[in-house]
Amino acid sequence: MIRKIACGVGALGASLFAATAAFAQEAASAASEAATAATSAAAEATATATAAAATTLIKAPTVEQMATMVNKGDTSWMLVSSVLVLMMSVPALALFYGGLVRTKNMLSVLMQVFMIVSIAALVWCGWGYSMAFTGGSEFVGGFSKMFLKGVSASTYAATFSNNVYLPEFVFVIFQMTFACITPALIVGAFAERVKFWPLMLFMVLWLTVVYFPMAHMVWYWAGPDFLPDAPTDYGYLWGKGALDFAGGTVVHINAGIAGLVGCMMIGKRVGYGKEPMPPHSLTMTMIGASLLWVGWFGFNAGSNLEANGVTAVAFINTFVATAAAALSWIVIDQLVHGKPSMLGAASGAVAGLVAITPASGFAAPMTSIILGLVVSPICFFFVSTVKNKLNYDDSLDVFGVHCVGGIVGAIGTGIVADPALGGQGFFDYTQFPAGVGTYDMAAQIITQIKAVALTLVWSGVGSAVLFFIVDKVFGLRPSEDAEREGLDINEHGERAYNY
Amino acid sequence: MKFIIAIIKPFKLDEVREALGALGVAGMTVSEVKGFGRQKGQTEIYRGAEYSTNMLPKVKIEIATSDELAGRVIETIQQTASTEAIGDGKIFVLDLASATRIRTGETGDTAL
Repeated sequence: MIRKIACGVGALGASLFAATAAFAQEAASAASEAATAATSAAAEATATATAAAATTLIKAPTVEQMATMVNKGDTSWMLVSSVLVLMMSVPALALFYGGLVRTKNMLSVLMQVFMIVSIAALVWCGWGYSMAFTGGSEFVGGFSKMFLKGVSASTYAATFSNNVYLPEFVFVIFQMTFACITPALIVGAFAERVKFWPLMLFMVLWLTVVYFPMAHMVWYWAGPDFLPDAPTDYGYLWGKGALDFAGGTVVHINAGIAGLVGCMMIGKRVGYGKEPMPPHSLTMTMIGASLLWVGWFGFNAGSNLEANGVTAVAFINTFVATAAAALSWIVIDQLVHGKPSMLGAASGAVAGLVAITPASGFAAPMTSIILGLVVSPICFFFVSTVKNKLNYDDSLDVFGVHCVGGIVGAIGTGIVADPALGGQGFFDYTQFPAGVGTYDMAAQIITQIKAVALTLVWSGVGSAVLFFIVDKVFGLRPSEDAEREGLDINEHGERAYNY
Repeated sequence: MKFIIAIIKPFKLDEVREALGALGVAGMTVSEVKGFGRQKGQTEIYRGAEYSTNMLPKVKIEIATSDELAGRVIETIQQTASTEAIGDGKIFVLDLASATRIRTGETGDTAL
């Protein structure tokens, strides 16, 4: 979602960028090439229309003016994307995780994911949206929109293009789905050994203390029509120029490190390393991973906030990076274990999706494929070698896949975004209208590393404190007998399968 | 009467059943079982976590048969279930003291 990017290619549809004569010419020639159909969009992209648009760009539009700057195509796409991202958590993530645990704990995982999504949605509307997406400090927003106060059908949210707006509810909904899935990712790290209600309480606290400030730091800014007049109205990492298209830091590194901290503080499963703990249904895991892949198009391509050329860039990058990562994981499987495994294919696909997330709107398809090919061997090394060496029980490899994959993607973004490699570069929003900024790969990579480090520290420390408090007050771990018998019957009074 | 217990490879069940049917065996009891013998176990690997299972899945067939038929039943099972590899299973034969058909109360060979 965020990013200081925008639309090199998108200039075609969004004629608004064509503020300069050079831009107008480019857009016009691009339009004439592409305008096979006599669509109104193509008609708009003619030089005269572009020039007219350029002269009518409005700096700091009023709410009434914004109402005329909403595009039904953008709105539709963003609502569809929101549904896709919801599908990523229920059922996709729940099935992906659920298939990996033992039969006796299947329902506990499904329940944890399902209810975290439900509770996060309520917390988001209660105070999350306000804390993440209102001005305040650089580190966290304020409480002016608590309980969605002031948000209505006639308020609007900025996109990445000058004079293009979304109905604010659309933005609230889209971002809500991210707040729902991020805490749900964490539960995989300590699956099969956590009590339900204390976990739910932890998630409310974690969203409030860790997630909303992170989202604010990375994704909050005044918008392209307002930033030139309010050059400091942004989140800390946004201001530093960190690139994170769809949530490599906010979602994956954030959840991944929280998972690692959680699994170390809660401790290993009873019998870990002594008893076999094979996945109970790789069929479910495959279904989950596949639905994640589908849903991720909403996550990544939707993060462009508009339906234009850059949206398609993010879409194809998400497609091919995932394919490449699935392939490279099973090739490693073949080399190391002698057989390509279904779990390897699913794990590789998820690692690829995680890695391309921050880079999706910046990379080119071929650099995305390289990113996908590179991420799987690194994640493979972490889930098989590092985990065993350091002897922590990250049940479903939340750290090894999400955090490590997220770090690879976040740092890789600094490389693949470079226009010299076919990347999209970034847009300089401090001028009006926004223009392409000068790209410095080395500086960008350092910025990316700093953003990763801040996320690791913020989430690592914040999560440790919250796990400690919840564990001391309520206890996070079920009794040993309950854990042996399974969480389904002991925590929920049901069994996943009765036959 | 004899009671025959055969432990065979699961994928051989249909073949054995058809062969025994052709022989005139009127019924059998089949269960999915696990066990170990001389066949070495399998190794499963999940993201680098290796689990070797020495308990392998097999199918257990139980057949009650007349003394005359018993020899051919054993021979048929042995021939159809064999792959000539370790792990093909075993056939055990017990003397059967009595058999009763619950519906009619018939006993002995007529109850089979």
